[in-house]
Amino acid sequence: MDSSHVLSVVTFVYGLAAVLYIASLIFRQDTAGKAASIVIFIGAAGNAAGIGLRWWESHQQNIGHAPLSNLYESLVFFALTIAVIYLVVERKYKNRIIGAFVTPLAFLAMAYASLSPNISDRIMPLLPALKSNWLIAHVMTCFIGYAAFALAFGVSIMYLITFGKERSGESILARLPSPAMLNELNYQLIMFGFLFLTVGIITGAVWANSAWGRYWGWDPKETWSLITWFVYIGLLHAKMMRGWDGKRIAYLSMLGFLAVMITYFGVNYLPGLHSYGSR
Amino acid sequence: MNFLERNLKEVWKFFVSVKLTIFLLFSIAGTSIVGTLIPQNARVEEYLQAFGEFKYRIFDIFDLFDMYHSWWFQLLILMLTANIIICSIDRLSATWKIIFNRNPSIKKSQFKDLNKEEFIEERSPEQLQTIYAPILHKAFGFTQVETTDTGFCIFAEKWRWTRFGVYIVHLSIVLLLLGSLIGSLFGFDGYVNIPEGESVDQVRINNVDKTHALAFQIRCDDFTVSFYDSGEPKEYRSRLTILENGKPVVQKDILVNDPLRYKGVNIFQSSYGKMPSKDVTLKFTVAESGMVYEKQAEIGKPIDLPEGLGSFLLKEYRPSADLQGTSLGEAFIGVLNTEPGKAQEIILPVRFPNFDKMRKDKMFISIAEQQQREKYYTGLQVTGDPGVWVVYTGFIMMILGCIITFFMSHQQMMVEVTQKNKKCIVIVAGKANKNIFGMQQEVAKITKRLTGSQKHSA
Ligand code: HEM
Repeated sequence: MDSSHVLSVVTFVYGLAAVLYIASLIFRQDTAGKAASIVIFIGAAGNAAGIGLRWWESHQQNIGHAPLSNLYESLVFFALTIAVIYLVVERKYKNRIIGAFVTPLAFLAMAYASLSPNISDRIMPLLPALKSNWLIAHVMTCFIGYAAFALAFGVSIMYLITFGKERSGESILARLPSPAMLNELNYQLIMFGFLFLTVGIITGAVWANSAWGRYWGWDPKETWSLITWFVYIGLLHAKMMRGWDGKRIAYLSMLGFLAVMITYFGVNYLPGLHSYGSR
Repeated sequence: MNFLERNLKEVWKFFVSVKLTIFLLFSIAGTSIVGTLIPQNARVEEYLQAFGEFKYRIFDIFDLFDMYHSWWFQLLILMLTANIIICSIDRLSATWKIIFNRNPSIKKSQFKDLNKEEFIEERSPEQLQTIYAPILHKAFGFTQVETTDTGFCIFAEKWRWTRFGVYIVHLSIVLLLLGSLIGSLFGFDGYVNIPEGESVDQVRINNVDKTHALAFQIRCDDFTVSFYDSGEPKEYRSRLTILENGKPVVQKDILVNDPLRYKGVNIFQSSYGKMPSKDVTLKFTVAESGMVYEKQAEIGKPIDLPEGLGSFLLKEYRPSADLQGTSLGEAFIGVLNTEPGKAQEIILPVRFPNFDKMRKDKMFISIAEQQQREKYYTGLQVTGDPGVWVVYTGFIMMILGCIITFFMSHQQMMVEVTQKNKKCIVIVAGKANKNIFGMQQEVAKITKRLTGSQKHSA
């Protein structure tokens, strides 16, 4: 069984976890929730193992490199970081409901990587410009940041669903965490994501400087990462200095994640240097 | 207050506003999108073709073809810088007073409305003080004990300096902008092609028709390129020697991602090519007769094919050709004219002699062996940027500053012991300038330690 095979199985494991979380929310089944936690854990472990296996396979083919070099590999890593950060949040906040809104994202990332006909899962040799430890640091930190923002996006949706609604004993709404807690969690995730996005942009700049002798070139991907960064700075200041909270922060968090998605996927349709991401 | 002072005050007030910050941040983010939709710094003809005359004129008025260097974009960035600097100065004095207060007086009243934990102790206040004081000192570093009529009160605090975190972040942004300004004023960004064995002492500047003289010479001793089995490039390597007054001073092999740095000048591997050679030896293999003919071909000059099969024109050399997305490495492109009016373009990859065989024609063409020992030139990117260290300092400060601002806070705690009916009531309360949730956990943790001490000695 090769790594692509392992990873396509992981796709279905994540799908199962998402279904269990949603079922546990809708049908009030705590057993389903507990099963979901175990399934997502297995999925994350398989995901990590798949990445490790792929690394080993690339060495077997004498083109050994960390599996973070193209769109397929980045999506797989993205799914893993979403699952891991979610597991941490679940433990820390002792709440499984969030899983219903977040684990589908890990599933979607994996499904897109495994099933899209436009994305090749072949292990490719590294082009000379990509042979750099800065690149590994760059991709890892960026995707940890993106994953935290993805979780914040899910939490923002939950916030907007629960906000201002009657939370009586019977409805599904009553099972969702309180808006105050979601608001706090959203903020924590954004701070965490922002730190990693910042380190990601910086390591990318250092890499560009070591490969091409310039740390910033306004190519579309760089520019979009800066746009994303500015959206989140705007959000942080609105919250810290102007006391914005609740709905407006939730909308800004969703806007920020939209910018993340454009930085990640949309930019491949624009002219520029980062084209390796499109293979 | 005179006229000037009043105006200055107005300007100051304008720049202190955080509304302005949010407005500027979203304006810069929003306008930046335009530059990602319109390719920047392309040639005029390309723009005319893409947008037509009228739109081209309008876009040009707003500098949209080089918008990140346009006056209005630079103005937005300048305003943002003024905003950060002025706002930070405005608040710094207050923060400074908090941080460098030599006799911080922490008062009970400051903890009045906070979340508290409370429990009952059997021992006397004197006993408790000797147990509690070291526990708090260990956790916080700074403690202050006050005796009251009915017991005592311990104040503790830590990480007061983390209030500086924000200023570190903001200063780092100013450093980034300063560094890039230094770079654009005193730096250069050029390129040069050096044939193997030759040397240069000046480079061409990118995007403008200028040259930049170097204080030394760069010689390319050797260039090699290697490929993966799939035909994709694996490594470009140039052996360079730096010469001063004709004498070699440094020698180094550079790779992509591993440049040579000398006296503030950075030399990067960026491209390569073959020296345009006058003639190439081609091999023509005729399928039917099995005969192999060798002929000299020169770029741009048509030659007759053997056995009256038509004519052939060597069109150009490409350092990295590809066919339907598959990279073939270096190749020559030729045009084959077997019958009048039926010209077809063919690719002759240097590394795959039998490539043209796949056409399954009467004859296939390949590059003769000896062609592979041709002379290369290396394409170097040569830059000098005295501002880069300012920028890198900014990077480090930004990361440290973000960690401090997000995850550390100025924490203060109070443990109050009051004796009542031979028992002691202990109250633990804490406050922080941010992350109140984290402080609540800290209060719970300390409470646990204090009650834990009870069980041990009981
Ligand atoms: C282009 C970037 C930025 C601009 C223009 C900007 C501007 C400002 C301004 C004008 C203020 C209010 C004045 C002050 O308290 O000093 C402020 C406050 C603040 N900024 Fe920024 N800032 C930027 C980036 C950042 C970043 C990246 C962070 C992330 C750590 C940050 C964290 C803060 C914090 C925590 C405050 C509140 C200070 C307080 O509570 O007193 N800023 N910013």
